[in-house]
Amino acid sequence: MTSPATSSSQSNQRTWPFLIDLAVFGAILAFLCALAAIGRYWFGAAVPAAEISRSPRALPLYAFYSLVRMATAYLLSLVFAVSYGYIANYSTRWRAVMLAILDILQSIPVLSFLPGVMLAMVALFPTRQMGVEFGSIILIFTGQVWNMAFSFYASLQAIPRELREASRVYRFSRLQTFFQLELPYGAIGLVWNSMVSVAGGWFFLMACEMFVLGNRDFRLPGLGSFLQSAASAGDTTAILWGLGAMIAVIVLIDQCIWRPAIAWSDKFKFEQVESKASGGSFILNLLRRSPLLNRLRHSVVTPLSERAYNRTTSQPDQAAPTQQPLLRVVAGYAFGLLVLAGILWGIFETFRTLRTITSHELVVTVESAGATFLRVAVSLIIASAWAIPAGVAIGFHPKLARIAQPLAQIAASVPATALFPVILLGLISMGGGLGIGSILLMLLGTQWYILFNVIAGAIAIPSDLREVADLFHFSATQRWLTVILPGIYPYLITGLVTASGGAWNASIVAEYFHFKGSVLSTFGLGAQISSATDSGNFALLLLSTMVMATFVVTVNRLLWRPLYRLGETRFRLEN
Amino acid sequence: MADRLHAANPLIEARQVEKYYSQDGETRIQVIAPTDLAIYPDEILAVLGPSGSGKSTLLRMMTGLSAPSAGTVTWHGQPVTGPCENVSIVFQSFALFPWLTVLENVEAPLKARGVHADERRKRCLKILDTVGLDGFESAYPKELSGGMKQRVGFARALVVEPEVLFMDEPFSALDVLTAENLRGELLELWSDKKLPTRAVFIVTHNIEEAVLLADRIIVLGKNPGRIRTDFRVELPRPRDRKNPVFEQIVDHVYKVLTQPAAVPALDATPAAGTTPATKYQMLPHARPGGVAGLLEILADNTGREDIYKLADELAFEIDDLLPTVEAASMLGYLKVSEGDVEITPEGRVFAEADILERKELFRHAALENASLIKQITRSLEKKANHKLSDEFFHDVLDEHFTEQETRLQLETAIVWGRYAELFDHDSKGKSFFIAEEVPAVNPES
Repeated sequence: MTSPATSSSQSNQRTWPFLIDLAVFGAILAFLCALAAIGRYWFGAAVPAAEISRSPRALPLYAFYSLVRMATAYLLSLVFAVSYGYIANYSTRWRAVMLAILDILQSIPVLSFLPGVMLAMVALFPTRQMGVEFGSIILIFTGQVWNMAFSFYASLQAIPRELREASRVYRFSRLQTFFQLELPYGAIGLVWNSMVSVAGGWFFLMACEMFVLGNRDFRLPGLGSFLQSAASAGDTTAILWGLGAMIAVIVLIDQCIWRPAIAWSDKFKFEQVESKASGGSFILNLLRRSPLLNRLRHSVVTPLSERAYNRTTSQPDQAAPTQQPLLRVVAGYAFGLLVLAGILWGIFETFRTLRTITSHELVVTVESAGATFLRVAVSLIIASAWAIPAGVAIGFHPKLARIAQPLAQIAASVPATALFPVILLGLISMGGGLGIGSILLMLLGTQWYILFNVIAGAIAIPSDLREVADLFHFSATQRWLTVILPGIYPYLITGLVTASGGAWNASIVAEYFHFKGSVLSTFGLGAQISSATDSGNFALLLLSTMVMATFVVTVNRLLWRPLYRLGETRFRLEN
Repeated sequence: MADRLHAANPLIEARQVEKYYSQDGETRIQVIAPTDLAIYPDEILAVLGPSGSGKSTLLRMMTGLSAPSAGTVTWHGQPVTGPCENVSIVFQSFALFPWLTVLENVEAPLKARGVHADERRKRCLKILDTVGLDGFESAYPKELSGGMKQRVGFARALVVEPEVLFMDEPFSALDVLTAENLRGELLELWSDKKLPTRAVFIVTHNIEEAVLLADRIIVLGKNPGRIRTDFRVELPRPRDRKNPVFEQIVDHVYKVLTQPAAVPALDATPAAGTTPATKYQMLPHARPGGVAGLLEILADNTGREDIYKLADELAFEIDDLLPTVEAASMLGYLKVSEGDVEITPEGRVFAEADILERKELFRHAALENASLIKQITRSLEKKANHKLSDEFFHDVLDEHFTEQETRLQLETAIVWGRYAELFDHDSKGKSFFIAEEVPAVNPES
């Protein structure tokens, strides 16, 4: 492929735009075809338990179905996250409640949403495939949305005061404030969190595409179900094919979506002084040069936004406020009552469901939570043990970083769940079991959070601090205790918090696995949630979920938050 | 009063506006005392004051950005409830949108008003031309120097042809030369009637800037913020800094700013060891090292110096120098009169002492004159373990200061206490304590 950077010759200048346009046109056409295909599939008769082929020839279609699910779930997450963050930012009354809800929902694993979501969706569209599909999409959604919502809310809160004042004094409408101030300010955080979220989506794809719910079997054609059935059958060739297809899709998405998105979001960096360019994107450059897209922007997007702004401009005398109060108060009360009724009903239902729980089950649940807790702790310790030194080495040596960082990024983007069957095969042949396997899976899924955060922290340590350590011949211990660990501390904590949350969530797939026609499981809360879903034991599922949420939220409050605060006050490197 | 000289009606008028924050419903922190202030057409009004006098708060109340706690602001006689309809602000930090180009930044306010695209572009290009940004339309703010960024700020403010142009320390983030240049251009536009605005309201802490620009100057005092003087500057433009009348006005403003005695019960009056009066004494935010440096300079010279000249020679903003002067005079090392500072005999002794003697002298002077230092020391001595939490002192100070000021007071007290070796502070345990081996007498002296 010829590099676009060197295309300075005249002929290239002329042929490139045409080729780009052709590609853009082709992409639009493909998109329309895909839409038609997916429409036909969604509105077709419901096939909740499709026969999953293990032939490589089925892979392109399966990859397409999975991709559509992921994309729809992601778009849903984006819209929800932005709205949720926006409302939480502006509604001083609901803010505290909304943040607490986010905190709790974030700690609930996807499978716990499964029965409610699935049964509701199937009941909503009993005869169409759409019902099952939507159920799966919403499951993926519940694994992606929370951190994005947090990120957008935090960005809105961090907008500098004078920028807010400027948009008020120049009478920006809400729409203009949103598009010219709030969305741009939150864009970088949204892009990075989107990447993390979508990676999480791939991680749980197997669980979201194929599951048993009591006596009902759900199997949706897709990459996740392909891998799952290959694992159940112990078909190594099929596993490898599926794994290859998944990695190909992920790398493709990385190149076609995330790289351009990151390069594009660079312009939203809030800085007054230009910093070094942080790497461009080939595809973004191409798109920017497409005459077709430029013309589209000029003749469609600009006039439309123009009309939207005109419609929302602030009128000299606003007549609205006069009729507002009464209506607002009534609506507020009505909404409040509705929420209250919902909560009461929820509590009532919870108690009704939990009635069947025996005291023995309660004890076992708490014990299994302890077991999972230990597993999470061990996986965090192992991850830290290798990721901290490696991260610091990469952060301190730019040369090493150039080689290691892209490799690590590729390794991190492979969903550990897809690798899991291969690893299990190896483990079993060596005489190990799921006890070790589950820790390994948690490790595979979460160690990257620690690694990448440590790298960022090590890069942020000012070089003069390191020079001081060199100058005074600090010993290795002294260097680690006075320069490196305090320097990376806030980043390390961020990484550990994310990793711990991820590990808890991963326990549902790590401790309970359909493998070679039987179920492998080990004692733990994740296994309990999975088996409760399988057997349709809603009471036990509810109980385990509540215990898990309580555990995670408590650990966050008692351990991570104080540590985090310490990092913000004491170990902050001010420039 | 200056107001009576105006035949015209005010554009924006504040009547008895005040700003306070109440804490837990009981005590209330007065930021701005009830104040009357009016902006008239065809004038540049400069508001001067030390930091903490509520200059910016006043500006935000006049623009309608922030609602006063009591009193009313009217615009052409009509009460202001939200941001005023036709005003602009030039911000100290520029407040440009980094993701929009220069042109898009300037267009944004017109977009908000629903101005048609072609018309918008025409007006923007014209105003960019006026402020000297021709050719920079498609640049992003981060590609511009500070002075250029503020030009964009001016263009954005002027493009809506505001009735009143508000400026919140518009030149203080710029270097001296750039600021001088921009100020000159602004004045030229105003004098040539090229500014599409009827009045200018500028907040500044630079006295010369105020005298150079303004038709009318208001000086604010602090604790709480209030107007101390309001007078007209009748000098013809362009004004010459060397003009004796100019110097006289600058000197006058300095006197007002440095003469706490002119207003009763201001912070810098040393209460000399007695119990604090109704007003709680405020520690000036100065470092002992700064006080020592100032005294050394005075001792090396004649011992008496005009504050304004001193600040000028040291290339200090008055805002930065004043706390040090206040601290030195609180400790009895300086006397301030008529805008001059004079070193006292005690001050001379301090200036000539070596470092250990200085600590000793400072300890005594601080215990005698700085009531917060004395209070902390005495409270710690009374405790058996010589240890008290931050909260204790927070609670004491909260009744007198805002939350932020309380923090600054304690921070200053820690610096003073450490220098005087009276007490120390443990930031991890959040507590004040007296170290075991506090030397009563220096072993070497």
